[in-house]
Amino acid sequence: MEPTKHAIVPKHTKVSDKEKQDLLDTYGITLRELPRILIKDPGLGKLDVKEGDVVKVARTSPTAGESFFFRRVVAT
Amino acid sequence: MKPELKAYADRLNKKLLAQLEEVPSSKLAKVSKIVAEELETAQVDAGEAVGLICAESIGEQGTQMTLDTFHFAGVAEMNVTMGLPRLIEILDGRKLIKTPMMEIFLKSPYNKGKDVRELARKLKATKVGDLVKEYSMNIAELKLQLTMDEDKMKTWGVTPAALSKAISKGVKAKVKMDGNVVEVKLKDDSDLSALYALRGTINEIQAAGIKGISQVLTVERGEEFLIITSGTNLKKVLELEFVDGERTTTNDLYEIAKVLGIEAARQAIINEVDRVIDAQGLSIDTRHVLLVADTMTVSGSIKGITRYGVVSEKSSVLARASFETPIKHLINATLAGERDPLNSVVENVMLNQLIPVGTGLPKLNMEKKK
Repeated sequence: MEPTKHAIVPKHTKVSDKEKQDLLDTYGITLRELPRILIKDPGLGKLDVKEGDVVKVARTSPTAGESFFFRRVVAT
Repeated sequence: MKPELKAYADRLNKKLLAQLEEVPSSKLAKVSKIVAEELETAQVDAGEAVGLICAESIGEQGTQMTLDTFHFAGVAEMNVTMGLPRLIEILDGRKLIKTPMMEIFLKSPYNKGKDVRELARKLKATKVGDLVKEYSMNIAELKLQLTMDEDKMKTWGVTPAALSKAISKGVKAKVKMDGNVVEVKLKDDSDLSALYALRGTINEIQAAGIKGISQVLTVERGEEFLIITSGTNLKKVLELEFVDGERTTTNDLYEIAKVLGIEAARQAIINEVDRVIDAQGLSIDTRHVLLVADTMTVSGSIKGITRYGVVSEKSSVLARASFETPIKHLINATLAGERDPLNSVVENVMLNQLIPVGTGLPKLNMEKKK
């Protein structure tokens, strides 16, 4: 079974370069300050990502209904 | 979406918007305005020490918990660590947990009770030693004869063919199967002690089931049947064809992180903490639990709230030293020539300076004259 199909795995999508820059500008942070996700993480599934990319996670939140979280892809 | 709501699409979250859809149109504009204002005032201010509030909120409830409670998972004969010991286990990010268990959901028609007992038996790890009725050792010919218990083999669903295959895979010797008697012959030049060792090796060989699962129980919950196991092996169980892979879970967080990823592990931390709190009849605002789960998973792997986990990730030497084992941290930092820019709270408390929290956060910046 694909891990991404499991009920507790939220949807991961790759963020485009423009969105990535917008995100960093909005919060006034550098890429290094984002939370991390390992490149071999099973939650990424078949997503075509490399080191330094940013992944958007659409979580179902008990307080907000849906919330977005961003993680930087790292090798280790 | 109703036109009156569109103006608030950016300011309100999905949950509130869905609730506002039900408000009659005549009052919608007024209600939405009040809701949006309420939401804005309820938000956390910049510089609020949320971590401290979170720690206090969980810590206070922790004092109300009964120590060492054991909760029976619906049926007798299976202990599950609950209460404070379990909470500590989760938040410390322990790799070895006291009572690993799985909840296996089944696909239709099995979830309506079809063959549930047989499926459950298939899961349990059965060793060859559990199935043997009699051993006989032939020292002269270096042979070991095992008489198998046919009833037991039938109960655990082990076929003779599968058994001989498992044994020949596990030992370096000739395996012959004759009815319910297995004959294992060592090479002629082998030592006698090898024959005795062989018996131990064979006993430990897994004949059927899934490695790590030591006990199985079938439970009826609501409308459907599910299997609860003691011992976990998420990866292997998800590969099984009759298992509903979308809902099957384990209480081993590291296993979830490995098989389903870090985001799933975060959700699992929240679910497990909530379960402990609910079982004790307490209530902690979920925002505190969310914060802890986020903190534990920022680095991409699970880090417990211990000096080996999240504390070791802190960039400030003084902050690390103030938690536990200060001398070790200070010596290592000295040897490595670390700098501490004093950006956070603890190090500034140590140096009797204003801490960057609340009103201490804003700073005055001046532009240099060109």
